Amino acid sequence: MIEILATRCTACNTCVSACPDHVFDVGSPGELPLIARPDQCQTCFLCELYCPQDAIYVAVGDPDAIPRSALDSDPVGRIRHDYGWDGGTDDPLRYFWKLGPLLRQGVEISSARYALLLQAGKENGLREDGAPADAQAP
Amino acid sequence: MIFEHPDRKTADMDEISADVLIVGGGMAAGWAAVAAAKTGAAVVVADKGFMGTSGVTATAGPNHWWVPPDAGRREAAVRKRLETAFGLADPTWMARIIDITWRSIPELEPWYPFSGDGQGGVYRSGLRGPEYLRALRHYATSLGVRILDHHPVLELLARPDGSIGGAAGHDRLADRPWRARAGAVILATGGCAFRSGLLGSYSNTGDGYLMGVEAGAELSGMEFCIAYSISPAWLSTRTLPYTGARFFDAAGRQLDTPGWDRPREYLCSLAAAFRSGPVYADLHEAPRELPGVIREIQPATVAAFERRGLDMFRDRFEVKLFGEGTIRGTGGLRIADACCATSVPGLFAAGDAATREHIAGATSGGGAQNAAWALSSGVLSGQAASSAAARRSHSDRQSRLLSMGGAGLHPTGAVRPVDRKAVVQTAQAEILDPDKALWRSEAKLSMSAKWLEDAWEDVCGSLRGEGLDAVAARETAAMAATARWCNAAALARKESRGMHIREDYPGQDTDWSRRLITGGLETVYTQREEAPVSELAL
Ligand SMILES: Cc1cc2nc3c(=O)[nH]c(=O)nc-3n(C[C@H](O)[C@H](O)[C@H](O)COP(=O)(O)OP(=O)(O)OC[C@H]3O[C@@H](n4cnc5c(N)ncnc54)[C@H](O)[C@@H]3O)c2cc1C
Ligand code: SF4
Ligand code: SF4
Repeated sequence: MIEILATRCTACNTCVSACPDHVFDVGSPGELPLIARPDQCQTCFLCELYCPQDAIYVAVGDPDAIPRSALDSDPVGRIRHDYGWDGGTDDPLRYFWKLGPLLRQGVEISSARYALLLQAGKENGLREDGAPADAQAP
Repeated sequence: MIFEHPDRKTADMDEISADVLIVGGGMAAGWAAVAAAKTGAAVVVADKGFMGTSGVTATAGPNHWWVPPDAGRREAAVRKRLETAFGLADPTWMARIIDITWRSIPELEPWYPFSGDGQGGVYRSGLRGPEYLRALRHYATSLGVRILDHHPVLELLARPDGSIGGAAGHDRLADRPWRARAGAVILATGGCAFRSGLLGSYSNTGDGYLMGVEAGAELSGMEFCIAYSISPAWLSTRTLPYTGARFFDAAGRQLDTPGWDRPREYLCSLAAAFRSGPVYADLHEAPRELPGVIREIQPATVAAFERRGLDMFRDRFEVKLFGEGTIRGTGGLRIADACCATSVPGLFAAGDAATREHIAGATSGGGAQNAAWALSSGVLSGQAASSAAARRSHSDRQSRLLSMGGAGLHPTGAVRPVDRKAVVQTAQAEILDPDKALWRSEAKLSMSAKWLEDAWEDVCGSLRGEGLDAVAARETAAMAATARWCNAAALARKESRGMHIREDYPGQDTDWSRRLITGGLETVYTQREEAPVSELAL
């Protein structure tokens, strides 16, 4: 579900170009873009990132998307702000290097958890695949 | 200003001319454009979407294979990846790809906001998607590259001698057809995830495979199309937050899911769990630092939860496996030389559109090799396409051009309505269903072949899209064709190797230490590469 906020939109049509999936069409002169093909939306939020007026909102998870008003804080403009494209942050990519280390930490966590499980299984007489230790090979 | 009103576009838009025409707008296309333009070629990029947001690069944040130019370290890096490539990769290619990647990324300095690496240096190996493509777009434009956004290519154009001399497509914002003449063409159209919902992959429908095969090119490694990523059931996101996740069934029982250090067991165990009902993830045991920085690293991931009123680290949420097809799978257009040429003169392939077997073998290459491949194959194809264009004579460049497109444009029978949704669903069901893909067998693959053949006959015989609708018709045709090639290759490779696991042939067979070529339209063929991989080395 895509919403264009008429109070903010300047009809610059940037979103028409920026959407990779041709969701929008140019409206009548001076009018808002048309949300012509919402079924092609991949919910990538990149139109929001490119909209200079924070005038678009893409809700998540049709058909039971939650209305904006029901959320704790107003999500409009949040994407552009979080990416640092609104000029609000000096160094928007300062933590980007942590991606690799954090990913690996997660891998270690899930791997260690499973290793413990296998260990416990062995102590309870289970084989690696969870079958009893004396089970016949398939 | 990124929006150019269709009415104000120049009148010559319909007849475009270039030395090198690049089809696609992701990182492979971007690097190809830069490399070709640096040689002095006139370069045009035609993207289906907007070069900056389209393709899987834009929504990802790819980390590249990144090894400093130290002979020992580079050798070790190559050796390590060779060990997991199951005999189908080539150390010479690997070394070249590492080197090109290392030398290229710093060139983005003027356009990309590089930041620290946490150790006092600059972090260069990983780049965030939107900023990466914005930088590539600026870099290419600064070198005089002309970018045509929303200009999906529908078909290749060949000279009477069979060499490729251009492409034709539809300008979707102006809703009118266009044609381009070129000295050489690069297909950088990405992989194909069959519209699984995988992040950023909506436009990646295998168009380049179909256009390439129609022009006479071959595919390779299409059996290696088995990759999945876990995400919230309602939206595919990047997977960083879930590597440490615990999983639960509907009754709240914790599942004994193997860790991420055992990728196949992890995947098989989850696939089995989905058979008995919904699966939920719990991120309470995620790395402690993650909640504090995830918003800055991946804003879109946080939005996927926040906009549903969920706290990703507190609330348990339903998950799903999203098929990645040949995106993080490996297959693609076969490369016939050392510079990313296909077997068709004048036609080159780069990125996910090309096979990645040269460096990843029978594995995905995910998490570093893929991006390095997209970058370097882009650079190699850009340079080579420019030379190929320069070698074309003046009369070649003026020659008559023949349309190569078939399915979806020119049906072999009478035009009839085709249930396009059903066609795509068939492709998804036969190729992406984990029960079929993770445990392949002659029986299952033969059954799939039948369904895919029926779908293809329907498309090929009756489907026709006109005007703007031709784009969607071609996408349907390309997905049907791609599924057929993936399945045929899986059926032909009678062994298990890497990500391709056959229940009926569980062992790896040395006779099969060769790449597998696929292609054909009316009938699909498969053929083992004549030379084993070691002899294919440069
Ligand atoms: C979620 C995710 C995370 C990833 N993370 C990593 C990582 O950390 N490390 C790593 O090495 N790899 C990673 N990868 C893989 C890596 O991102 C890809 O290998 C790489 O981005 C591919 O680039 P590409 O240019 O070939 O394709 P894409 O970026 O997908 O570009 C394809 C382009 O082709 C265009 N196109 C398609 N059809 C047509 C047509 N008919 N006419 C004109 N244009 C067309 C599309 O619009 C698009 O611009 C990740 C992939 C995903 C999905
Ligand atoms: S980019 Fe924003 S301001 Fe411009 S037309 Fe779209 S919604 Fe309106
Ligand atoms: S979220 Fe992405 S696909 Fe959807 S309208 Fe915006 S840019 Fe287009």
